[in-house]
Amino acid sequence: MENNNKLKKLSIALVVTLVVLFILNMVLDDYKLRILNLCGIYITLGLSMNLINGLTGLFSLGHAGFMAVGAYTVAILTMPVAMKEMNFFMKPMVPFLANVEWSFLPALIMAGVISGFIGFLIGAPVLRLTDDYLAIATLGFAEIIRVIFTNAQSLTNGALGLKGIPANTNIWWSWGIAILTILFMEFLMKGSYGKAFKAIREDEIAARSMGINLFKHKVLSFTFGSFLAGIGGGLLAALLGTIDPNMFRIALTFNILLIVVLGGLGSIKGTTISAIIVTIMMEGLRFLDESIDIGSIHIEGVQGMRMVVFSIILMIVVVVRKEGLIKES
Amino acid sequence: MGNQGFLQHLANGISLGSLYALIAIGYTMVYGILRLINFAHGDIFMLGAYITYYGIVFTPIPWWIMFILAPVITGFIGLLLEKLAYKPLRESPRITILISAIGASFFLQNFGIVVFGGRPKAFPVPSLFNKIIKLGGVSINLITFIIPGVTILLLLALTYFITKTKTGMAMRALSKDYETASLMGIDINKIISITFFIGSFLAAVGGIMWGIKYPQLMPLMGVMPGLKCFIAAVIGGIGNITGAVIGGFILGLGEIMLIALLPNLTGYRDAFAFVVLIIILLVKPTGLMGERVTEKV
Repeated sequence: MENNNKLKKLSIALVVTLVVLFILNMVLDDYKLRILNLCGIYITLGLSMNLINGLTGLFSLGHAGFMAVGAYTVAILTMPVAMKEMNFFMKPMVPFLANVEWSFLPALIMAGVISGFIGFLIGAPVLRLTDDYLAIATLGFAEIIRVIFTNAQSLTNGALGLKGIPANTNIWWSWGIAILTILFMEFLMKGSYGKAFKAIREDEIAARSMGINLFKHKVLSFTFGSFLAGIGGGLLAALLGTIDPNMFRIALTFNILLIVVLGGLGSIKGTTISAIIVTIMMEGLRFLDESIDIGSIHIEGVQGMRMVVFSIILMIVVVVRKEGLIKES
Repeated sequence: MGNQGFLQHLANGISLGSLYALIAIGYTMVYGILRLINFAHGDIFMLGAYITYYGIVFTPIPWWIMFILAPVITGFIGLLLEKLAYKPLRESPRITILISAIGASFFLQNFGIVVFGGRPKAFPVPSLFNKIIKLGGVSINLITFIIPGVTILLLLALTYFITKTKTGMAMRALSKDYETASLMGIDINKIISITFFIGSFLAAVGGIMWGIKYPQLMPLMGVMPGLKCFIAAVIGGIGNITGAVIGGFILGLGEIMLIALLPNLTGYRDAFAFVVLIIILLVKPTGLMGERVTEKV
């Protein structure tokens, strides 16, 4: 009975969301649609980080690296051949990629698969570390990925980045994948895997003595997380149309961490809501970076003010909610 | 690469290594006591350099006074950072305080962008340091020799402080066993403040010398050196001051030698430290001089 009720509630929520999206898609202008798209993408990204950091308790800071892998995969696979020739004027592209042109869905899946595979390769050795060491090692890997992308001229066009990526991302892609991710996460956390993840987060030693294979579950969570991060990165590339290695700095990981922390580590609902709020606020607070005129007083806008405000918000949240960053959903 | 070229690279490597060592000490001291990666340490280093810049360019204070004053000011900023961002979280889960450290780091960086401006600033290098010394056919900038000299002096002072004074003893006691030490009547807050002061002071000295060697200041200049110096501390065995110094030299020398011997890999310079880190963590997670700690249930 209870299950039936839940299913009913879920389908109603789903239908309402789809209708709202349909209406928004019709009435919003391009700029606002872009923000709405970003909201969907950040939900996916936030949840993927929450899976690793919040639900499994592995402190990973490598998200930007996996997003870069996903973004570049989608860009390279979907870009028309002529566009590639225009982009790679410094050095021609490696031949086996120069002539491929995939459609969006297989490219996006490929982005997730490659990113997940790299997550697996990195995770297998690195997940033996704990806490701070894991954080710094994953951060290191993200930096290595960025440095490689900056230097692999014939594969990624190096520091020049890629321009003219087909704008495939629309509301249905970004939100469709966000909704799928939410459902997947709910499903995952209900099952035995989710319970094992949480047990590892609460107490590794206790989890191990209960017969949970720590290593296997950690690698699994990390691989899933990187898979989703790759997809999020791919969607982002197809939304922005332009990418370069410097986009994928630590600051990007920090943005997503902000979403996860504000929403409550470990809470799926919290991450979803906070992804939407943070994305809209990031855009809404843009006025802080621009000049303001109040009557005769002219306040010169300062680049970066927005991020100052955001870091202060994060600090206040962390300091005020000292005990309860991990929230049970 | 000829003999002379090698000497030149060696000198550069040693001076970069000394800079890394100075900054790494701050990481290792804080980690030893609080078990916290102070992510904001690299940004404290940046602040030290900028404070010196503003002091020299906009006030009549002579540069040599500023070179002493700026590290003291930066030391107090580090102390303040601990009071605001870390002290309220001392009893919280580790992940919370780590997030707070990342938040503090991003705050300082963006504060730097807003207040100092995103454009690079030229560090006012006193002409004294630009002197070029010829050594057996190799011409080397004077600062290349001053950096290791200053580092050694500060290290001797620090070693004396930690091994011979009462405060230093309290510091060692805290890093050995936090709980027991606090029961023995050690004023924890005072010791932690002193630790942050010393760490930030050394980082600022590093920042000034960095400014002289690479005279271009940017708000994000602390990110890479910060990460690398943390890596240096991990390589040496985090919590161990001698280890941090050794780690700093390994990274500094390694980085310069990598570029010198394999110029093709110059673009991968920043990845070098991370590759070393990952190898060390996998082979000897406690670092070269760290003690093995087993967790008890």
